Amino acid sequence: MDGRNLKVGKSHGRKEEMKIIALFFLMIMTTVSIAVAGDEPPTPLTNKEAIQLVQTNADYIWTLIAAALVFFMQAGFSLVESGFTRAKNAINIMMKNLMDFSMGSIAYWALGFGLMFGVSKSGWIGTSGFFLSDFTVGGDPWVLAFWMFQVVFAATAATIVSGAMAERTKFSGYLVYSVIVSALIYPIFGSWAWGGLFHGGGWLEKLGFIDFAGSTVVHSVGGWAALAGAIVLGPRLGKYTKDGKIKPILGHNIPLAALGVFILWLGWFGFNPGSTTAASKDIAMIFVNTNLAAAAGAVLAMFTSWIRFGKPDAGMSLNGALAGLVAITAGCANVTPLSAVIIGAIAGIIVVFSVVFLDRIKIDDPVGAVSVHGVNGAWGTLAAGLFNIGGTSGKIIGIQVLGIVVCFVWTFVAAFIMFKVIDKTIGLRVTPQEEAEGLDLGEHGGNAYPDFEVSTYSQR
Amino acid sequence: MKKIEAIIKPFKLDEVKDGLTSIGIKGITVSEVKGFGRQRGHKEIYRGAEYQVDFVPKVKIEVVIDASMAGEALAIIQDRAKTGAIGDGKIFIMPIEEVIRIRTGETGKDAI
Repeated sequence: MDGRNLKVGKSHGRKEEMKIIALFFLMIMTTVSIAVAGDEPPTPLTNKEAIQLVQTNADYIWTLIAAALVFFMQAGFSLVESGFTRAKNAINIMMKNLMDFSMGSIAYWALGFGLMFGVSKSGWIGTSGFFLSDFTVGGDPWVLAFWMFQVVFAATAATIVSGAMAERTKFSGYLVYSVIVSALIYPIFGSWAWGGLFHGGGWLEKLGFIDFAGSTVVHSVGGWAALAGAIVLGPRLGKYTKDGKIKPILGHNIPLAALGVFILWLGWFGFNPGSTTAASKDIAMIFVNTNLAAAAGAVLAMFTSWIRFGKPDAGMSLNGALAGLVAITAGCANVTPLSAVIIGAIAGIIVVFSVVFLDRIKIDDPVGAVSVHGVNGAWGTLAAGLFNIGGTSGKIIGIQVLGIVVCFVWTFVAAFIMFKVIDKTIGLRVTPQEEAEGLDLGEHGGNAYPDFEVSTYSQR
Repeated sequence: MKKIEAIIKPFKLDEVKDGLTSIGIKGITVSEVKGFGRQRGHKEIYRGAEYQVDFVPKVKIEVVIDASMAGEALAIIQDRAKTGAIGDGKIFIMPIEEVIRIRTGETGKDAI
């Protein structure tokens, strides 16, 4: 009995259950259909505002992460430069790199940014936005994100010079250079090529000059200023014998220099892909191009040095990676990955010959800054026209060449005059005695590695 | 008492030290030195420019011992430091007038 009742009860219960479920579905379906009738399901079009907001936020995040990566390149430069020079000048190199960024930031905030990106009627110079005046509290903060991304670029150009002038430059004279390049020399050329990225509009960019992330605007400017500095200074004492033979001055820490190159390579993943200043799918190809060019540069520089000198030279291979990175910077967004390999490979060959050539004509550049940034900045700018995805033409090449030449003339002449004036006034070079003892002692009163000698400090 | 100064290849130091301690020598002073002899220097390349390394890195060991042990110590050093190639180094031997231990003031053989 119990069992039957139970059975009946069970089947009865099942029917009830089914009814409830059916009712429930009916309810949901009516609700949904009512909702559909009253309110369209969201589409990209109806949700435009929310999507735009997410895109805007993503643009901020990507631009600022990229700015942080480019900032880290300052660490890379300081390590490359100190590794390729002697231990007695290590503090001096670190101080120059620190001040390039610190004094450069202030100078770029006060003057540089306005000259580069301010309103430019003539196309030759920006005239607004000094001291970040485009930002008002509560207003659109994009100018802040954009400024942060641009200031790390300005500092990159400034700090390139430090390596070429290493081991003999008077610190106070260098500080003057550091301010002038960030406040005037870099931004004025920058306004011709990049002003339109913000409020400005330069004559060179209006012609169609291609320099996506700054082979010319950043690297050649740094490289040609470095050339002017190295020429005005003259070679380090002991670099050339009396009969004119080259006597290499060995860097004190190649692992440090190598770490610096790895850091620069990493930073370049902000430098090039970040130059979209937008979170977009475009950054994938820019990333790949950046990496391939660096790799090809390192490989070809290694083989070139191997063939020419009999051994695969570490310093040249490290310079080769950087040369590839500099060369792809202009065209990273408008060449194919295959073109990036070719551009980087040629840069790797160029850099070896350029370093040897400058050494022979007695321009003493301890870290190869002129060859890496100046010469390969020019090559990369030309290559951006030659390998342009959209096709190339005599006109495109002509405008690229014009940009390269204008950059050299403006930067080299302006920097040469500036260094000469510094030399004649506060002085650009330390005394021979100070140079022999090391700038760490003479300029900063210290020793970078005191405990690498037997420590003789008194315990009293 | 005698002092033995030996200039040897740096990577031979451990073998020489083990040899000297095995015959009962209790103290050795070691310095990193550079120099050239018949081996002369060699050529290296830095960033594409060749240069001459005139002074080759070596290790100098100094041991002061009782004169009676000198012959054995010399034989051990010569045996352990030898590779047969040019640049194995040299051994100098010289007389010592006096030895003083700073902590106790002991002198002569007791201070070695």
